[in-house]
Amino acid sequence: MAEQDWKADKKAFWAVSSVPLLWTLLLFLVPMSFVWLYSFGSNVGLTEIEISGTLDNYKRAIEWLYLSIFLKSFAVAALVTVICLIVGFPIAMALTFASEKWRPWLLLAIMLPFWTNLLIRTYALMIMLGSQGYANKTLGWLWESASWIKALVGMQPFPAWEPVQLLYNNFAVVLGLVYVHLPFMVLPLYAALDRLDKSLIEASLDLGAGHLRTFLKVVMPLAMPGVIAGVMITLIPALGAYLTPDLMGGTDSQMIANVIERQFKRANDWPFGAALSFLLIYAMFILIALQGLRRNKSGEAR
Amino acid sequence: MAWLRQTPRAPLEYTRTLWMRSWIAAVLVFLYAPLLVLMIFSFNDSRRNVVWRGFTTKYYEKALNNDTLVEALINSLTIAALATAASLVIGAMAAIMLWRFRFRLKGVVDGTISLPIIVPEICLGVAMLIFFAWVEWPNNLIWPLNLGAITIAHITFCFPFVTMVVRSRLASFNKEEEEAAKDLGASDWQAFKDVLLPHMRPALVAGALLAFTLSLDDFVITFFTSGPDTITFPVKVYSMVRFSVTPEVNAASTLLIIITVVLTAIALRVQGTKNLSVSH
Repeated sequence: MAEQDWKADKKAFWAVSSVPLLWTLLLFLVPMSFVWLYSFGSNVGLTEIEISGTLDNYKRAIEWLYLSIFLKSFAVAALVTVICLIVGFPIAMALTFASEKWRPWLLLAIMLPFWTNLLIRTYALMIMLGSQGYANKTLGWLWESASWIKALVGMQPFPAWEPVQLLYNNFAVVLGLVYVHLPFMVLPLYAALDRLDKSLIEASLDLGAGHLRTFLKVVMPLAMPGVIAGVMITLIPALGAYLTPDLMGGTDSQMIANVIERQFKRANDWPFGAALSFLLIYAMFILIALQGLRRNKSGEAR
Repeated sequence: MAWLRQTPRAPLEYTRTLWMRSWIAAVLVFLYAPLLVLMIFSFNDSRRNVVWRGFTTKYYEKALNNDTLVEALINSLTIAALATAASLVIGAMAAIMLWRFRFRLKGVVDGTISLPIIVPEICLGVAMLIFFAWVEWPNNLIWPLNLGAITIAHITFCFPFVTMVVRSRLASFNKEEEEAAKDLGASDWQAFKDVLLPHMRPALVAGALLAFTLSLDDFVITFFTSGPDTITFPVKVYSMVRFSVTPEVNAASTLLIIITVVLTAIALRVQGTKNLSVSH
């Protein structure tokens, strides 16, 4: 059904569009452009910021100290995305092939943590990972059992179990981000797999391909749009994550959002923080543009 | 032992393979064990979340008698309610605008409206901080006016989600229904109220739920827009986690988890499970 030209019904158009347009302009675009302007400014005195058109903030941002944090944030976000993909794909498969009776419940089980407060989930994971937490206890128990089995077959048992440091390091940040973002990955994957024509899989199996080969040659290519959507929806928030590295990370696991926060809340260097913010936004745009390029290419090929 | 005597597995019943079941079980343990431990230890008669020392509800009493915590929870729920109501109206308006009309620079407008969804929270938080500092937003107003800045920030990032949900629902609307209503003498307003609005209803419920959750969940943007006297639940829990981990936090968190589960259950009743998944 064709869209109506706005001039045909100006009154109705302005009735629905004035508020959203004004809101977006005044309370989103104006604040964002302030950040953009500030990124070309410098501190003059304690509270004054002069927008002088200087590029010093950007020059400082590409110094190795900050560039390395950017690269590290990318690496962490990419690792988290890959782990979510590996962990989430079988779950999406299970959802797709589950019986009608079980599917809604499984879906609900995956979704429910998504509705739970992010801070509470992070805190819950912190309790688990603490030096006296259950993760350490489980590991200790496994260690003792392995040691006991070794002793049983007449070998030297392991030395006594020492609790490992699971919290306040890079491992904790990656685990925490996976914990938080897993539902983001599963849902687009499930949406793509659900649309997939299952007779194609049956045909592949009937014609002699094994399950693994069918998966690699039939399921994966057809699920690609979902994989890409899942990667984007996981990678982008993981890249800008603040809370998880702040609460679960150690001194060396800062991500870019933590550096930005520090410029505004502690170092009081707003122009530099603004420049870092915009570099992060540009990084997002590049990611989205790459995805758009890919989509166009596959669209042409078809 | 009925489960052992099942029909043999069909090739596509991947969910019935052992490795798939163990995988699901492992992931569910990973997702739920921390939350269950947190909830169980909120009843633990010990200051530390380590060993079980007996059942108590004293931390619930403590949490409910902690004035700043209760105030923070009330603030959060108020902000979430206000932000949801406003996002619903603005989001639905934007969805109708983008669905019904053709106008110049439509692609740009469409992209700009969905931008708050992809802009990192930290950047939006920073923008709001600079903006409210620049307009010299007063921070000594009386309740609930002192929540204004946070509510405005929340509406800004919530309403695009409502727009997204409502728009996908509008795509299935048959415009002939509306034309029929108008042919039969309905005014523009009547056609909207009696034909279009009922069609949008499921999306409005889903959108409202999404906006409410997003608002209640938000820490980063609130952290940057809250004044010294306005504290929300996530900000309060953050400072409690930061400085001293007490079972009080467990108790407060358990209460919020229960609120979430109840809300989800209501949504499921209203919508059915199918629509719930569509909304994301």
